[in-house]
Amino acid sequence: MSTIATDEHAPTLKFESVERHRVLATILALAVFPLLMPFHALATNILLFGLFAAGYNLTFGYTGKLSFGHAAFYGTGAYACGILISQYGVHWSLAIAAGVTLGGLTAFVMGLLAIRTRGIYFAMVTLALAQCVYFIGFHATSLTGGDNGLRGVNVPAISIGPISIDLLQPFTRYYFMLTFVAFAVWLLSRILNSPFGAVLEAIRENEQRARASGFNIERAKLLSFVLSGLFCGLAGALTAINLSTVGIDIISYHTSGQVMMVTLLGGMGTFFGPFVGAGTFLAMEHVVTAFTERWQLIVGLMFMGLVLFFPKGIWGTILEWVKK
Amino acid sequence: MNHVSILETHGITKRFGGFTANSDISVSFPRGKLTAIIGPNGAGKSTFFNMVSGSFAPSGGEIIFDGENVTGLAQHRFAHLGIAKSFQVTNLFPSLTVLENVRVAVQAIESGFNLWTPRATRTDWTEKAEALLKRVGLSGKRRLRTDRLSHGEQRSLEMAVALASDPKLLLLDEPTAGMSPEETRSMMDLILELVQERTVALVEHKMKLVMGVSDQIIVLHQGMLLAQGSPDDIRGNDEVKRVYLGKGAH
Repeated sequence: MSTIATDEHAPTLKFESVERHRVLATILALAVFPLLMPFHALATNILLFGLFAAGYNLTFGYTGKLSFGHAAFYGTGAYACGILISQYGVHWSLAIAAGVTLGGLTAFVMGLLAIRTRGIYFAMVTLALAQCVYFIGFHATSLTGGDNGLRGVNVPAISIGPISIDLLQPFTRYYFMLTFVAFAVWLLSRILNSPFGAVLEAIRENEQRARASGFNIERAKLLSFVLSGLFCGLAGALTAINLSTVGIDIISYHTSGQVMMVTLLGGMGTFFGPFVGAGTFLAMEHVVTAFTERWQLIVGLMFMGLVLFFPKGIWGTILEWVKK
Repeated sequence: MNHVSILETHGITKRFGGFTANSDISVSFPRGKLTAIIGPNGAGKSTFFNMVSGSFAPSGGEIIFDGENVTGLAQHRFAHLGIAKSFQVTNLFPSLTVLENVRVAVQAIESGFNLWTPRATRTDWTEKAEALLKRVGLSGKRRLRTDRLSHGEQRSLEMAVALASDPKLLLLDEPTAGMSPEETRSMMDLILELVQERTVALVEHKMKLVMGVSDQIIVLHQGMLLAQGSPDDIRGNDEVKRVYLGKGAH
């Protein structure tokens, strides 16, 4: 019996040690990333879209709910932060906090309305609600700039005590953003490792069984949706500062579709997958647009190939190979 | 609060649109006993089971559990009150391990939403889950993914998951469905062992299987209560013979 027990424990301990270090591994990989990338501005875009996808993954990959409305959280986060900085001169830290809050609040309201629906209905309701947010943004021109976009989200430099950081320098800007992303990644891992993370897995695996076991499924799904909204709101707020502008396209259904594709591409329900997906997608877009304007056709074909042959996504497939 | 019956139904009815699946059923489940719910296919056993286990709210009537009216409560509340169910079709978390299946069910009762403490620190949940796995004979398979288990093993795991809440009333929907004769025997042994410590009710269409071991039999027919009584009463009941035994038991 004792030999069986040790045999059983060997692979488990190995797996647990990988699990324990996933935050560190992710942050290290992201810290090295711009050193390998010739375009630092692109690296920052990838980092922030990766964070957006990681937040989306909480709903899509870990709770198993296909949402088509996450652009609303990303977008409201970006607009809240952008408007406060450009029109009210609010300090960047408060503006980011406001972006996170509004992302979560939008998710709460949308979640209340959508959470009882399932499958394709959930996707449709989230899409419809996100479109409502889009039209509000589109028509509230005095605040958002409407179709022209919001300009002047300028945070050229930040000073923390005696240190001043130049954000116009793409390289330093990347590492400024990385501090937020690192914190978010740590928090996300903490949530996934908590008992609540187990509730989300149970819902994804079998909602009926989870309910019969005594979990309040509706409340858990709503909470997961709001948490997802907070992470996406943060990604949006940082994106506003990163780009100095916010275009209305950020709330469009293209963005919702893109984050879904990025997450699938990287590997839904994997911790690092969303960043891999964001890197692959945005780098591909960057390269292919240099040759043809019809880059979406190329991306679409690659995406189809991926779904057909590697349904676990790039990172999910790599993990499978490593574990074998 | 120590009623003779742990659960009573007072004229419960379930309608799906124009179809009445259960009509005016009043029965009681004596505490600490094994009750079997039998009836031919289409008798309304599953609907009845789903109402008393909280999956469906009755269209009419009342369900009293341990002296408390539980009619129409949300499904997840039933588990917390002390009613656990197993499903007719195996219903587990397929890509989680055997241990995780039971552990998460233990957690469902013992904890609210905790977003902070690493779950690995809750060794008490793991210990409880391991004890339950031992009880159903699955200790050796605890690290396996659940979808790698045989059908019979999955049924046993389902029992462990249902027991995770330490229920006062355990409701089992055809617990031996699809099992081999040996598996059926060990499952029935386990059920009889469980009756020593709690109330058990099961839905079964294999009449022979339950006749010898049950304390009480409830016979449903065409969505209505046909008879309720001891196995001897049921054997001697002419109406039961006519609608059920007469056609040859399964």
